[in-house]
Amino acid sequence: MEKLKLIIYREFLIKVRNKSFIVLTFLSPILVIGMGFLVFYLTQVNESTVKHIAIVDNSTLEIGSLLQSNESVTYIDLTVVGLDKSKVLVKENNYDGLLYLPVIEDDLKEYSHKIMYFSADTPNFMLIKSLENKIANRLKFFHLEKIGIQAQTIYDATYNVAIHQENFYGEESSKLGAGLKIGLGTGAGYLVMMFIIIYGNSVMRSVIEEKTSRVIEVIVSSVKPFQLLLGKIIGNASAGLLQFFIWGLLIVFCSIAASMFLGVDLMAMNTPKLPVNQMAENLENYDDIVFVLKEILQLPLVTMVLLFVFYFLGGFFLYSSIYAAIGAAVDSETDTQQFMLPVIIPLMLAVYVGFAAVISDPHGPVATTFSIIPFTSPIVMLMRIPFGVAWYELLGSMLLLVVTFLGIVLLAAKIYKVGILMYGKKPSYKDLYKWLRY
Amino acid sequence: MLKIDQVSKHYGEYTALDAVSLEVPKGSVFGLLGPNGAGKTSLIRILNQIILPDEGTVYLDGEQLQPKHISQIGYLPEERGLYKSMKVGEQALYLARLKGMTKKEATTQLKYWFEKFEISDWWHKKIQELSKGMAQKVQFIVTVLHKPKLLIFDEPFSGFDPVNAELIAKEILLLKDEGATIIFSTHRMESVEKMCDHIALIHQSKKILDGKISEIQKQYKTNIFDVGVVTNDESKLTTELKEVFEVKPSKLYSFHDAVKFQVKTSDKNTSEKLLQLLQKHGEVIHFSEQIPTMNSIFMQAVSNKTSLK
Repeated sequence: MEKLKLIIYREFLIKVRNKSFIVLTFLSPILVIGMGFLVFYLTQVNESTVKHIAIVDNSTLEIGSLLQSNESVTYIDLTVVGLDKSKVLVKENNYDGLLYLPVIEDDLKEYSHKIMYFSADTPNFMLIKSLENKIANRLKFFHLEKIGIQAQTIYDATYNVAIHQENFYGEESSKLGAGLKIGLGTGAGYLVMMFIIIYGNSVMRSVIEEKTSRVIEVIVSSVKPFQLLLGKIIGNASAGLLQFFIWGLLIVFCSIAASMFLGVDLMAMNTPKLPVNQMAENLENYDDIVFVLKEILQLPLVTMVLLFVFYFLGGFFLYSSIYAAIGAAVDSETDTQQFMLPVIIPLMLAVYVGFAAVISDPHGPVATTFSIIPFTSPIVMLMRIPFGVAWYELLGSMLLLVVTFLGIVLLAAKIYKVGILMYGKKPSYKDLYKWLRY
Repeated sequence: MLKIDQVSKHYGEYTALDAVSLEVPKGSVFGLLGPNGAGKTSLIRILNQIILPDEGTVYLDGEQLQPKHISQIGYLPEERGLYKSMKVGEQALYLARLKGMTKKEATTQLKYWFEKFEISDWWHKKIQELSKGMAQKVQFIVTVLHKPKLLIFDEPFSGFDPVNAELIAKEILLLKDEGATIIFSTHRMESVEKMCDHIALIHQSKKILDGKISEIQKQYKTNIFDVGVVTNDESKLTTELKEVFEVKPSKLYSFHDAVKFQVKTSDKNTSEKLLQLLQKHGEVIHFSEQIPTMNSIFMQAVSNKTSLK
């Protein structure tokens, strides 16, 4: 036990003293936030260029009145000039496009397909979609007025429905809340995948280093290979947890800073059963950021954090023992390629299944199955947890993960034990199987 | 001290050790010899409990080998290595503590050895900053630091220059004087003769020879004597010698203007007879039996075994 502690401590120290750990821990959040701002800024710059769109409206729909020029688009009515001349003018003046509505016909359905847009380049998808919506709306009103229904009547009969969501315990949920859950769940799952790959590789490199520097023979004459393997995995996992912990602290610190800046009492908001009307009032009083914070605080955060730690450790133990066995089997990092695919595929599958199945139906059969299978559960289950998972599913998934990682660690340790003392020959899968029986 | 009883090890269908039995006396320097691939490394790994034997048992001081014995064994592997990017002092401490020493004990011992080898200023250097020979010194210290009862050196002199090899040889003999038992695996036969008192020869996974060096040398003795005589009548001496013994010219170097021969004795024509004959013809200034070198014993034993197969 004393020796295991020594190994864990050394592996942990080596990892956290490494420059890449410090950079990853402190610089990557800044990098992520910075990238966010950069993308936001670039989108703003992209949208800040004003588009010029000419309109030739030969219909009686008065589309021009619907299309108001704003900061990003200026509409120029060239109806009086006619289509042919307008085309020339648009080209001469380097306008972005020309919207053409022919003379109105009785059959509006057929007419709706005759409206045209001319431009030198492929037009912006969002712009065309918005024009289509506006014209379609105008055609609908035109049609209804033609059969004697007044515009005001139509306005009066138009309702904006926002379904109010609440679970059986009276806890509020909302579309924004669902979005947050998707964001947090997929974020956690993705993070676990990234960490398994990054830290798993780190375990593998550490094994290869011990093997190529030949220090391994000295070490295994003092400790059992299994102890060394376990120490390596636990040491690296601890470094990973430390990194999460630092990030957690940073998030808490930033949240407190943000709340102080916005003048919001976060603790007071941590009461999930707010009455609907109070919630609505709150909505009016605070801005969007505050609402997002409130939604986050309504999630079962402690459970989520604990389960995140459990699934991270479970997944990491499972995969890093395989990484260690691969490291032990080869003589250099370049030889690891042939064995990496079976490790990467389930991780990738988990993330893609998670993104596709959990978002569309977090409790559907695909999402549920993949959240039980131990090779994908650390990622998929984490994606499902914010939506609430039945305790028996959770328990089953957790038990299966523990049993599987124990089994895999034992198998990997067998390959590891033989591999660390084998030099020269590049092993095949057949060799690995043979090593299991030594 | 160490008893290896009928130890076998197989890797799949390959047999690395086949029912090897050995006894290493306490306080001896025991040479473990054998060509490459003979099974020496497997045996050493079994002694270090890196691998387990498939059959047979190893006893240390009468007790079956167990994990608790790890702290009583020091091992310098042939393929040496340390963590390249770790500092010398930190690494030595780590390895010493893995052998069961406390931090305080290890620090005191390390300081003693670092001063003895005049390398105290290396403490904060990384291994990758040291030369191969320097790293070997550190590794030697790490091997002996915890004062093990049993020391296993696999090719201890490889990588050392003659000056440092001499230093290490001296240290090994000092450790022996302090009561340690030493197993010495090597190909360098001159170091075997110089350092070992017992040997075992392993060939093709079997032990083919073991015992005290002096006894083995007796077993392999050739009965050939190098002789030198200052005589007035060389031809008469030669004729008389050749009548009784098998005689060859000797390359013996002598200050005197002597006649020199290599003479083979036998049970009937003994060395005593030879000496009497030589003394009859003049002053005997050289008379010594050729002692077989370990190299020739090694070669002969291996080739005998191979030709028998």
